[in-house]
This record gives sequence, structure tokens and C-alpha cells, in this order.
Amino acid sequence: MNILEIKNLKKIYHTPKIETLAVKNFSFNLKEGEFVAIVGPSGCGKSTILNMIGSLDNKSDGDIKFNKDIKIGYMLQQDALFNWKTVLDNCLLGLEIKKIKDKNYVLNLLEKYGLKGFINSYPTSLSGGMKQRVALIRTLATKPDLLLMDEPFSALDYQTRLSISDYVYRIIKEEHKTAIMVTHDIAEAISMADRVIILSSRPSTIKRIVDINLTDKKTPIDNRKTKEFPYYYELIWKEIDHV
Amino acid sequence: MYSEEHKRYLNKIKRYNFLIRISQILLFIVFIVVWQILSDKKIINPFIFSSPKKIITCIINLHKTNNLYKHIYITTLETCISFILGTIIGLIIASIMWWNKYIAKVIDPYLTIINSLPKIALGPIIIIWAGSGMKAIIIMALLISVIVSIINIYQGFTSVDDIKIKLMKSLKANKLQIFKKLIIPSNTSIIINTLKINVSMCLIGVIMGEFLVSKAGIGYLIMYGSQTFNLDLVISGIFILCILATIMYYLIISIEKRLSLKN
Repeated sequence: MNILEIKNLKKIYHTPKIETLAVKNFSFNLKEGEFVAIVGPSGCGKSTILNMIGSLDNKSDGDIKFNKDIKIGYMLQQDALFNWKTVLDNCLLGLEIKKIKDKNYVLNLLEKYGLKGFINSYPTSLSGGMKQRVALIRTLATKPDLLLMDEPFSALDYQTRLSISDYVYRIIKEEHKTAIMVTHDIAEAISMADRVIILSSRPSTIKRIVDINLTDKKTPIDNRKTKEFPYYYELIWKEIDHV
Repeated sequence: MYSEEHKRYLNKIKRYNFLIRISQILLFIVFIVVWQILSDKKIINPFIFSSPKKIITCIINLHKTNNLYKHIYITTLETCISFILGTIIGLIIASIMWWNKYIAKVIDPYLTIINSLPKIALGPIIIIWAGSGMKAIIIMALLISVIVSIINIYQGFTSVDDIKIKLMKSLKANKLQIFKKLIIPSNTSIIINTLKINVSMCLIGVIMGEFLVSKAGIGYLIMYGSQTFNLDLVISGIFILCILATIMYYLIISIEKRLSLKN
């Protein structure tokens, strides 16, 4: 069942001197429980598409249709944790805004995903990977059906990145979430996604959508070792416009 | 337990800090002693330059005639009122400007003009409009402190990380929630810094106002002293002002410490 249908999405950016066509003819359907990655050359408008889906940015034309009354959660490039709040209070931010007092769900998440010992710590005392884990719990706290992730690991060092993508992937699957992830990392896209959308350079349109079929699909780190992995890497690498 | 090397390191720091403190005190004592000697030996004219002994006698006299506390009280009261009013008005106007960028843009050039205008030039007008009492003095102090607070606080408000605002919007926060839960808490240190500047700005304004109009206060004391050519009184006034300003500054510092402990 499609959770989201996008037709002919278009975005124009205006500045006093110039108008830029950032996105055109972007259409695709997202199935429930699916994990889709969007890759493309840098500055091609990947984040713009995500912002429009999450209605943080206005679209110039086209349709974005949700087939149910779904809730959206955002995971940003930076953790954007508030230094004056504890880990627990940071995670409760979304609920605080919606004026929901119930802490139990968040406490369960924190405990289930190994952050229980840190609930009273402040973000400044956490490592980059830890902070991003807290940021994910903060996003999940509002029980979103669809997760929009905008290069969620790009601020992390390589090793942390690998382990955090494993961690995030596991949680997304366990909590049965649908997800769209924007990334510039081809390997990350293949190791996590069911489908990879390849965008052209600006104005971005869909160049190709690649279904990822790996034998023995497990965690992102294991997926990198499958025999199909180099094939997909080669395929996507060739499709992306290089400068 | 610490290693020997670490103990030596700690001792070195302790000795260094001690040396600084001793030098600070020594500098003050030398200054006072040299001043007194120069004055006693008539190398400087004691009538114009006064001397530490004469200042102490002058302050004791003020204390005996019960005038000392009245003047300190008046100046402190005026400073406090203008400080509190200035901070509140500054915060409110900066918030309105953050809330409505249109208003901010419209009043921006006027803020710049008022900020660069030497406020003392408004003195005569203030006296005519507000009379020659405490009201005029507080208005003078407000004029000096408010504009600077508005500009500082507004700058802090607008320099909040865009990604945090995006986060709040993605969590569907409305503007008031963004303001209360993000803008204000992330600007506590800027607001406290503004308070620090505000205290000294208000004191400048109050003394300026007292020079112009007052019948009491430390500014009045200094002005009265200069008009009657009583330089002992003038310098005593300045000395009392030094102490008052220092006390107020440390009060704000202690508030800051208490707040940062909470955070």
C-alpha cells in the first residue's frame, strides 16, 4: 500500500537577481514500511525535496499526497540538541510542544536502545555518535509513521557513521517505520535502502530508480559484504553526474 | 593521590595567583601612600588634588551629618529603577522586533540614529519635559541604556542556529513556542551580558542626570563640591561611586553564577 504519492513536484528558488529551477518532474510512490534513499550530486536539491515532503518548504507546483493521516518525523544533518536540556528533556521536546505529558514511551525507547544511563546527562558531555542517537529517539518520540532523514550521518566520522547507521537501521525496522533518507554516500544508500532514487544535477529530475536486491539482507554493515554490493555501487556511481 | 609533579604544578598555580593578588593590593597601597606624601610635602597642591586623609575625613563628616547614606540611597535607587525598567523595555522591544521582521526593518535606522546621538544633548529637553526631579534622571538613564540593550538582545535573538529553528518547525512548534523554548533559553548568556553593560550604562545616565538637575545623590555631591570648589568632596564622591559601581557589578556576576549553575 502506498503511504505517499508524489506527482510532478517542482520547486523554484527566488532571489532578487535570479530564479533557479531546483527540482522538476519529480514523481514517485512510497510503500508502507519501505526504506528509500535519494542520492545525487551535491547541491542538486535533495534536501529541498525532503523539506517539501515535510512541508518545511513550499512547493512551486505538483502534488504531494499522503494516503493516510500520517505523522512525519524529521532527522537533521546536525543533532541540534539543546545544551540547556538533559538527554531526556531533549527527547521529550516534541511531546512538550504538543503538550503531551506522558514520558513512558520515551523512557522505554531510551532504555530499549541503550541510552538509559544517559537520561540525566547534558548533550555537551556526549560524543557525536551518542548525540545523533539521542536525536533519533527525539524524532521517534512523537511516534511518526514516516521518517525523513536529511544526511543524518554526514557530520560523523567514518567509524561512528557505520555503527550509527546500523543502530538507526535496526530501530527503524524494529519500530516498523517508513523512511526516506537523503545522502551523498552511495555505499550508505545501498547498504540501507530497498530502493535508491538517483537524481540528476540541477534542475534535479529522477534519472533512475534502482531496486536493491541483496542476498541475505541483514544489517547495513553486513549488507556491504554481499556479492551484489559492488555491482550496485558501480551502477549508481556511473549514473550520478560527476563534475 | 596526586603525583609529585602534579603537586608542584598545583603549587605553581597557587603561587602565581597569590602573586597577582599581592601585586594588586600593593599597587593600591603605593598609590595611596605616594598621593599622601606628595600632598604632605606640598609637591602637589592639596587644595586642588586633595589627599587620602582629607577624603577619609570628608566621608566621616558626611557620615556624621547623616548625608552620606541619603546620597548613596538616592543614586542606588535611581540606578535600580532605570536598570529594571531599561532591561524590561529592552527585552520587550527586542522580542517584538524578533517576532515581526517588518517592524524590525522599519525602526532599524531610527535605532541607529538614536544610538549614535550623544544623549546628554537631550538634557535640556528632558528637564523641560519631565521637570527637575528623579523622573528626569531616570529618563536620562533609560535613554542611555535601552537602545544598547535592544540592539544587543535583538542581535542575540536573530543569531540562533537556523538548524534548531528548523528542528522546532519540524516538530510543529508555533512561533510562541519557538520563542519560549528556543530563542530565550539559548540567549540567557547574551541577556546576562546585556545586564552587565546595562548596570554601568544606567549609572552613567544617573550621574549625568544628577549633574544636570538633582538635589540629592552622588552626582549632586560631586557637582556641589565642584561649584563650591570643595575638591575633597568631589574626590570623595568619585571614590564612593567607584565602590558603588563595583558592588553592583559583582551583584550581577553572582546572579550570573547562580543562573549558570542552574543550567
